[in-house]
Amino acid sequence: MSKRVVNILVPLISIVLGLIIGAIVMLISGFNPVDGYIALWNGVFGSSYNMGETVRQITPYVFAGLAVAFAFRTGLFNIGVEGQLIVGWLAAAYVGSAFELPKIIHLPLALLAAAAAGALWAFIPGLLKAKLQVHEVIVTIMMNYIALHVANATISALSDGGDKTEKIHDSASLRSPFFESLTDYSRLHWGFLIALIAVLIMWFILEKTTQGYELKSVGFNQNASEYAGMNVSKNIILAMVISGAFAGLGGAMEGLGTFGNITKMTGFTGIGFDGIAVALLGANQPFGVLLGAILFGGLKNGGLNMPNEAGIPVEIVSIVIALIIFFVASGYIIRVGLDRLSKKKKEGK
Amino acid sequence: MDYVIEMLGIRKQFGDFVANDNITLQLKKGEIHALLGENGAGKSTLMNVLFGLYQPEAGVIKVNGKEVKITDPNKANDLGIGMVHQHFMLVENFTVTENIILGSEPTKMGLVNIRDAAKKVQQLSEKYGLNVDPYAKIEDISVGMQQRVEILKTLYRGAEMLIFDEPTASLTPQEINELIQIMKRLIKEGKSIILITHKLKEIMDVSDRVTIIRKGQGIGTVTTAETNPDQLAEMMVGRQVVFKTEKTTAHPKDVVLNIENLTVQDNRGIDRVKDLSLAVRAGEIVGIAGIDGNGQSELIEAITGLRKVKSGQISLNGKDITGKKPRKITESGIGHIPQDRHKHGLVLDFPIGHNIVLQTYYQSPVSKGGIIDYKRVNSIARNIIEEYDVRTPSEMTQARALSGGNQQKAIIGREINRDPDLLIAALPTRGLDVGAIEFIHKRLIEQRDKGKAVLLISFELDEVMNVSDNIAVIHDGSIIDTVSPKETTEQELGLLMAGHSLGHSKKVGDA
Ligand SMILES: Nc1ncnc2c1ncn2[C@@H]1O[C@H](COP(=O)(O)OP(=O)(O)OP(=O)(O)O)[C@@H](O)[C@H]1O
Ligand SMILES: [Mg+2]
Repeated sequence: MSKRVVNILVPLISIVLGLIIGAIVMLISGFNPVDGYIALWNGVFGSSYNMGETVRQITPYVFAGLAVAFAFRTGLFNIGVEGQLIVGWLAAAYVGSAFELPKIIHLPLALLAAAAAGALWAFIPGLLKAKLQVHEVIVTIMMNYIALHVANATISALSDGGDKTEKIHDSASLRSPFFESLTDYSRLHWGFLIALIAVLIMWFILEKTTQGYELKSVGFNQNASEYAGMNVSKNIILAMVISGAFAGLGGAMEGLGTFGNITKMTGFTGIGFDGIAVALLGANQPFGVLLGAILFGGLKNGGLNMPNEAGIPVEIVSIVIALIIFFVASGYIIRVGLDRLSKKKKEGK
Repeated sequence: MDYVIEMLGIRKQFGDFVANDNITLQLKKGEIHALLGENGAGKSTLMNVLFGLYQPEAGVIKVNGKEVKITDPNKANDLGIGMVHQHFMLVENFTVTENIILGSEPTKMGLVNIRDAAKKVQQLSEKYGLNVDPYAKIEDISVGMQQRVEILKTLYRGAEMLIFDEPTASLTPQEINELIQIMKRLIKEGKSIILITHKLKEIMDVSDRVTIIRKGQGIGTVTTAETNPDQLAEMMVGRQVVFKTEKTTAHPKDVVLNIENLTVQDNRGIDRVKDLSLAVRAGEIVGIAGIDGNGQSELIEAITGLRKVKSGQISLNGKDITGKKPRKITESGIGHIPQDRHKHGLVLDFPIGHNIVLQTYYQSPVSKGGIIDYKRVNSIARNIIEEYDVRTPSEMTQARALSGGNQQKAIIGREINRDPDLLIAALPTRGLDVGAIEFIHKRLIEQRDKGKAVLLISFELDEVMNVSDNIAVIHDGSIIDTVSPKETTEQELGLLMAGHSLGHSKKVGDA
């Protein structure tokens, strides 16, 4: 079998397998899988509204996935995307509401603030790793909790004890009346274009720039990088900072696009953690991350329609979606299976 | 005939690249069978097939006369095949015993039974004279000892046939002698051995028969007693090889590297280089002879900025470079072929082509305005690959996939190509075949003749004697004597390296 065919076949088989097992789960729990999947399909493509919502849902996943993938490609495991996203969201919402500026300054400023907040949140674990060899996994996990509670406290303070911040000014908003009207008044906003640009930026940094070469080199082999005269500490910190900036921008999508403010949270948004799965689905490649986010966001948003249209409880929907993603992620197993099969064939000849 | 292993007509491909083509190797019981071939000839690949790490595209493997399919290393273990790899596979912060039982831990009521395992390790170690402490941590023991741990690992699993992939490449001469004794003892106990080595002397000393492969093709098998090094080299390379590199007398000029009263500590804060002074002039090769662990590594690391200097001064072309950053030092004109190619020399996960610009990636013309011109990188890489005969499917192949010797050739090409004023070559020919060694020695001498300074660090006496214009003997962190290779013998050098003084510094000896 040629490599090309395998590369196309593997994800297809994975998705089909996931759908089949998902169907079995629905059957066992007494629901009609055909109805279920039709509802899922409709949830994604059924109406222009649903399609708009799906794209909107995909957008923060792209950023979260890029953040995890970027760290991964430079030898770091950033579990703190969730926290970086939250502080980014907060910063965007604050800058969006606290100032009144012309759009051409205000929107970029709010985006920048989100990126900077995420970057700062990631800078701390980067610094600790580079200077004191503290493992970034531990620090980033802790930073998630700090982010959550700091954000809640700040929201409280900003709103005089309320539980959400003021709406941002129009001049900082990503909302687009044009896209809204196009999609039957979904919340689709300009953010998905920024996400596409971010995908290109990650690709460009890693594959084209001198800095990207350094970041990857340090990620793979610190000793050789030091031998080659690179500043290992600086590169570790920079890798975390760039990763955190992507995450922070993911937060801005929510703060400036979907919601227009930030509300107190009882728990994590989950987007940052899902970003780990998105990155792995996309093999840590920028364009792969985009595909992973489309799958993830699509299923998430389409799944919302399953309780309404097919009466399948949310819990079962979560299981079905998790199964599909599980099978896509374990494409490796299928790859090995295909390999064995083609070998057997050869020997049989 | 009693063959314990037969590999018949083996073919192994990586994509379109044929690494093994119709190779046959037959191992008799109780023999040491040498496998000889140039770097990249396919020796490790063939052994990895035998050990179950790769599946061959064609060919038959028989163990004790029975055809077998070796699907994975566990299967190889079950068949009594053990392998000591070219690059060790040990967990650094585990003990010897923990490493040995890894993957087949003996348990007692669900708990790993270390004590019994350690006892068994101890027994095996005594039986074969390996002298290994079962409770020592890998990171604390010498390379030679680590290798004996690898040997123990195979014996512990009941190996009857042992594969040694370049076991002597990273050993000191003393350790090599010990290893040879160990191999002889293994044979006496009824084991059979396949030995890969580039050192023809070792093959002549210990092997019973030799199988030669060239560029993936089986050339044939000869009986050691009926052959000689020249014939072996010719069979392997396909032409005659000159073992002693010809060179004219040196014409040293100004001092390029000057080291004064240098003291350097290791990670534990112990002085490793002690008040050392040394000068290397333009147009000469200074060889540092010494037993491993006498401060050579720390000395090189201090010169190249990878290790802090405690006291003393290092200057290059009259400029002080003490305590400067590695990049500053590299830019001021030092090239460095590092001792450990995997740790320092290469980013194994990069394509070999990207490794070629490891120190120059940020400079024009490779990089302009922060953007790397990968087209140019690849064309530079192709030139070096061609010039230094690096055998690789392409410049885009991962460095990891190159054979050990070809990785080394790529590093040497990279360093010489930068044309540094001072070239530090630490064990430059470790793991290279005789043809490549000849080539590299020529290039080092060529650098010298171009008026560059070369500092050669080697554990091989004949390399130091052959290539250097001056030999500085290092012992316990100090240069204890400087001798001319023309006026000394290997015996004298050996004595000096062991710390004995000759009484008078320059003795006229008959070489
Ligand atoms: N996984 C791989 N993918 C692609 N090519 C490979 C791979 N492993 C080995 N090769 C290629 O196969 C050839 C043979 O490699 P091998 O390691 O067997 O050489 P060798 O004879 O052991 O050389 P050396 O003496 O330098 O260790 C080399 O050209 C190498 O680049
Ligand atoms: Mg090899």
